[in-house]
Amino acid sequence: MRGGLSKTLAVLGAAGLLAVSACGNSDDNGGSGDSAASKDVTVFTWWADGGEKAGLDGLVSVFNTECKDYKFVNAAVAGGAGSNAKQVLANDLASKNPPSTFQAHAGAELRDYINAGQVDDVSGLYKEFGLDKAFPQNLIDNLTVEGKIYSIPANVHRANVVWANPTVLKKANIDAAKAPATVDAWIADMDKLKAAGVKAPLAISKGFAQEMLVEAVLLAELGADKFTGLWNGKTDWAGADVTAALEKYKKMLSYTNADREAIDWPDALGYVNKGQAGYTLMGDWVAAQQLADKVPESSYTYWPSPGTAGNFQFLADSFTLPTGGKDPEGAKCWLKVTGSAEGQKAFNTKKGSIPARSDANPADYPKYQQSAMADWKKDKIVPSCAHGAACSVGQNNDILSAISQFSGSQDVAKLQSALGTAMKTS
Amino acid sequence: MHGRIRTWGPGALVLLPTVLLLGYFVYGLIAWSFNTSLTNRHTARSGPADYVGFENYGHLFSEDRFLNSLKNLGVLTVAFIVGTLIFGLIWALLLEKGVPGESIFRSVFLFPMAISMIASGVVWGWLLNPSTGDDARGLNRLFAILHLNFLENPWWTAGSRWTTMMSIALPAVWQMSGYIMALFLAGFRGIPPELREAARVDGASEFKLYRHVLFPQLSPIALSALIILGHISLKLFDLIYAITGPNQFRTEVPAILMWNTLLRSDQAKAAAIAIVMLAVVAVLVIPYLALTVRQEEKR
Repeated sequence: MRGGLSKTLAVLGAAGLLAVSACGNSDDNGGSGDSAASKDVTVFTWWADGGEKAGLDGLVSVFNTECKDYKFVNAAVAGGAGSNAKQVLANDLASKNPPSTFQAHAGAELRDYINAGQVDDVSGLYKEFGLDKAFPQNLIDNLTVEGKIYSIPANVHRANVVWANPTVLKKANIDAAKAPATVDAWIADMDKLKAAGVKAPLAISKGFAQEMLVEAVLLAELGADKFTGLWNGKTDWAGADVTAALEKYKKMLSYTNADREAIDWPDALGYVNKGQAGYTLMGDWVAAQQLADKVPESSYTYWPSPGTAGNFQFLADSFTLPTGGKDPEGAKCWLKVTGSAEGQKAFNTKKGSIPARSDANPADYPKYQQSAMADWKKDKIVPSCAHGAACSVGQNNDILSAISQFSGSQDVAKLQSALGTAMKTS
Repeated sequence: MHGRIRTWGPGALVLLPTVLLLGYFVYGLIAWSFNTSLTNRHTARSGPADYVGFENYGHLFSEDRFLNSLKNLGVLTVAFIVGTLIFGLIWALLLEKGVPGESIFRSVFLFPMAISMIASGVVWGWLLNPSTGDDARGLNRLFAILHLNFLENPWWTAGSRWTTMMSIALPAVWQMSGYIMALFLAGFRGIPPELREAARVDGASEFKLYRHVLFPQLSPIALSALIILGHISLKLFDLIYAITGPNQFRTEVPAILMWNTLLRSDQAKAAAIAIVMLAVVAVLVIPYLALTVRQEEKR
């Protein structure tokens, strides 16, 4: 009996190993149709499944035709928002064994790598590939750190979007097609919803979703320039206008679901779709999620977060050129594909984001993306801290901690000083 | 001379790999961490770093977030140890009395230990949903169904540090009580039956039998259990990570703060947190080791 059991276990173990190695093989081969390729280009991402994997595959197919001399090697590490991948990457970089290129949020989140001397300046490539003309100047300004640019964005997402359920809003006779003009008007609408029997009009989830709401309120109350100044040190965190905005955020938390610390953003979106809540604030990857969940377009609406119309709060996934990479020429070819019109189209139509280039054809994209692309061209571009465009990993970590503390304590003064302190660290 | 080598040589040879491996991978790396904690290596940049003495420790102990995590850990450890010992002892007492199907109960109580904490943490995260009333889910929903609505509570998401960390300790207690039960049960079984008989012959009541005859014999086991539970609690990371996520101020313990610190490449500070954790565990373990060594010498 005993021997039988251990034998069974051994067989199971062996089968497990086989399955794992089989996965490894299929990953390695995934997308590399070109057998004549000679040099490997290791691309490190956290795009391992779903629309993200489909987007990466699209990029790879363009790479395989544009860069015939090189072979794509997938080094994806699964895990939401790169939570596992960043640890693996840190090890590889520390042991001087960098991938040919790796994925990172564009902007300040790269600062850790820059400070550690792990990524090279790619501003030369912007000129070479003509990206300085293809990307909006406003975006390039947001990506520039002390006169240098360290990555090439593959896509753009918008953070300041509110998703609403028209059926719920109708209960309180609110016109779902029109966004409230200000945060105050939005709060007034939530009061109406509460009076109409919607217990938690604003659905929100834990962590970065709350951070995004804080940012949306700050952006609405302070305006684009002062808001951007919060992240680059030009606006004082201790100001009375910040206090007033945070007080409004506190007020808004009282309209949210009690289990906000225990759920993730798809759950909060579910509350809206099911009619338990009227609104949720979340980045525009919601559009791809709604498509994937087959939620009919008539059953939800979206508009820029109240008071932030005309501002496009962006975040972007981008690729870098690590210092001391084995085959920089191959990596440069990958970066060229990433920035090219064709590469951005292949990637973004599948991932559900919009291209960073302003010369893309909206007709290639689904309905939501078309509106986002129109805004991307005309709106003022402001960075998002929650997604790495405005804050380093460390600053973001401190801010998340302060916001989770605030969710329980509701102490505005403490939150304000913690946010200010967080932005003083590196 | 040759004779002497023959006596201690083979033994030393067998021990050598262990000594080398432990020496490098455990003690060597502890020394390396300690060394890092004394420097200003606050980025991932390689190359020489300057020594700053105990500055990193000074900063840690003046930092609100670190002190909060230490207090959380203290409360968690007390709640976890007390809860696990109580349940483990109760279950051991019940089984020790001899119930039909004892082995089934023994397995049922032990099974939770076989689940990895990250997996049980995910499920407990759902069970500990803070919604109440009509929206109640998880355990709160169960309370509502059983008409025990007064028990519905926000778990770890609101309230004092004690209720917060006790909610976190609950899954850990569930997971480890079976193990403590097994320890105590083995202890009870190791007591010779003659002792019970003698006590009963002397007219001791059942309570007195346990209080004065059986429990005193279990004290070494209780001490071992305390040490084992203590060090599990001090290192607890995966369960909290799975239930509340990595950036939850209310439930942050030093292990999670260390992870967050390392994620931002602040190596010196992360090393300092690690050394503080090691010191806290050492406070618990070293007296125990000293005691064991002394007892063995007596024999």
